[in-house]
Amino acid sequence: MVLNPNDKSNVKAVFGKLGGQAEELGAEALERMFTTYPQTKTYFPHFDLGKGSAQVKGHGKKVAAALVEAANHIDDIAGALSKLSDLHAQKLRVDPVNFKLLGQCFLVTVATHHPAVLTPEVHASLDKFLCAVGTVLTAKYR
Amino acid sequence: MVHWSAEEKQLIASVWAKVNVEECGAEALARLLIVYPWTQRFFDNFGNLSSPTAIIGNPKVRAHGKKVLTSFGEAIKNLDNLKVTYSKLSELHCDKLHVDPENFRLLGDILVIVLAAHFTKDFTPACQATWQKLVGLVAHALAHKYH
Repeated sequence: MVLNPNDKSNVKAVFGKLGGQAEELGAEALERMFTTYPQTKTYFPHFDLGKGSAQVKGHGKKVAAALVEAANHIDDIAGALSKLSDLHAQKLRVDPVNFKLLGQCFLVTVATHHPAVLTPEVHASLDKFLCAVGTVLTAKYR
Repeated sequence: MVHWSAEEKQLIASVWAKVNVEECGAEALARLLIVYPWTQRFFDNFGNLSSPTAIIGNPKVRAHGKKVLTSFGEAIKNLDNLKVTYSKLSELHCDKLHVDPENFRLLGDILVIVLAAHFTKDFTPACQATWQKLVGLVAHALAHKYH
């Protein structure tokens, strides 16, 4: 699946609107993912996953930063996330199914904070973008 | 045997009480057809699905969305008996409609996003978790009679 010019502009617009709040939303998406899909917690045995965890906040910030980076280099997501892709393939090895779960939680988070931004067209573009990011991060798995 | 805690039942009931079934159903189905366009394959006789605007305004989409979500309401009245509640519908979707059960999961995820946008901060992580559980079980019940 390919991001067309409309998708790219929709995604850039969303992240433009989220601005600095992206970090907080990243943390919330993770919190939602751990609550909704408890199996995802298995990748974080070394984390305090309790409410308000500083580790989850910190990790949410990292996740958001990666999404922002991908959005800012939307013509070459693979290039922008190449190092992260290596990391996931060699070290983290998060099962590919989990990227969809985080994607769903990120969409829900955006919906709860910015419902007016998430029109059906923007929803479609953002979903495609999140899929593309997941694909890049798992591209070198085998 | 699925177990629902008192809190989960409360989260389901309190959200459902405020849902406009017609609007919410129409929106969820429209978004399914827009976000995952291959799902349009089941709706050849719905007329104009050529753009998001066309899909959102399409009266058949609205009517069918309402039908689908009304059926969801039945699930909510029978939380302990989803497989039985959906038994006939499951057979229908397999034998007559030939719908891949993956589509039920896709619609369920879309419904959760529609609810999130509607309820905003009231759609807490616990609320989302409960509703994802519900849509997952409904999808499972609808797939149960497949063969």
